[in-house]
Amino acid sequence: MNVLELFISSILNNNIALVFILGMCPLIAISTSVKNAKGMGIAVVFVVTITAVINYPIYQLLLATNTEFISLIVFIITIAAVVQLLEIFLEKFSPRLYNAFGIFLPLITVNCVVLAVSLFFVNRDYTFVETVSFSFGSGVGWMIAIILVAGLREKLAKISNPPKGLRGKAIVFIILGILALAFMGFTGLV
Amino acid sequence: MKLIRIKYKKWFNIFKDGIATSNPIAIAVLGICSALAVSNRVENAIAMGLGVTFVVMASSATVSLIRNFIPGKVRMVTYMVIISTFVIIVQLFLQSYFPQIADSLDAYVGLIITNCIVMGRAEAFAAKNPVKYSLIDGAASGLGYALVLVAVASVREILAFGTFLGTRVVGPDWINWVAMTMAPGGFFVLGLMIWGIRVLTKNYETNI
Repeated sequence: MNVLELFISSILNNNIALVFILGMCPLIAISTSVKNAKGMGIAVVFVVTITAVINYPIYQLLLATNTEFISLIVFIITIAAVVQLLEIFLEKFSPRLYNAFGIFLPLITVNCVVLAVSLFFVNRDYTFVETVSFSFGSGVGWMIAIILVAGLREKLAKISNPPKGLRGKAIVFIILGILALAFMGFTGLV
Repeated sequence: MKLIRIKYKKWFNIFKDGIATSNPIAIAVLGICSALAVSNRVENAIAMGLGVTFVVMASSATVSLIRNFIPGKVRMVTYMVIISTFVIIVQLFLQSYFPQIADSLDAYVGLIITNCIVMGRAEAFAAKNPVKYSLIDGAASGLGYALVLVAVASVREILAFGTFLGTRVVGPDWINWVAMTMAPGGFFVLGLMIWGIRVLTKNYETNI
């Protein structure tokens, strides 16, 4: 598949949040304000791309030594290490960036988007270049989803008056459902 | 007499807590990703539910067994390694005995690692309690998760394919709801279900 096509399709018609339903816990928990959503989104784009780039050669190494069944453990350790390193690095060299999204970094280790991207490139036999474009696209797609939800929730908090039982988490699911329906419209685009 | 006393026992309360009072999906809203992604067929939901139950029980028991030896700073990574070991066991088991289910669950079996329920139970309960209670707590959370998963999957499978566990349950005039097989169906069914449960238990949130 064309690299650009893969990038666009992983943002729109194969959006990782709204079509594959991944990374829901942080999406629901942090989408209360657009500002936080943006910080989390950028952090996810960073971490997803970097971990996929690191995990790809590691997986090739595991394949070469016939030990790919432990790939899960290796991936999760890589992710934890990358997140930790990125946090230290940002705190030291770029305090401004650290203030913008540093607090979201520890939460990312348990964000399933990061692990899922690593597992998907294994299942779908992507080449290295395809992996880079797929992982970056997935990160951007997730960021778009969380910002959309956060924007809708901010507006909703100001103007709407939903039934008592629907407040909080339940209304977020309805919003996500409608957004997912909208994203189904992109099917067949690429 | 014995039956009345049972509800004052500690294990009974832990069990009730996990399945009903603080059900991981319906009340705490954790572990949603896998719950929505694999719940378009009851068969997949049962496999996933049992898989998660096994992983929560095993990892809670292990964490609780070695809780006094884990240094505080590296405890998260330790939990991760323990959890991924059990997830690999589930993955290999499914691949060799139920290859068809393993196929349709795709990468979601591996994603049990990042399921917040497993990590949450290890951190919130198993790290502070003896093995016996951690095992019960793990079983309760896992079964509470499986219960909601199967409920959502039943609704979705009937509406989307007109079948239940592969047997046809609707008349010949039935038109399949295509949206139910995909993401939107999962979001709507779970959203409405949470609404229903919140109204029944009068457990409301104040802010939107």
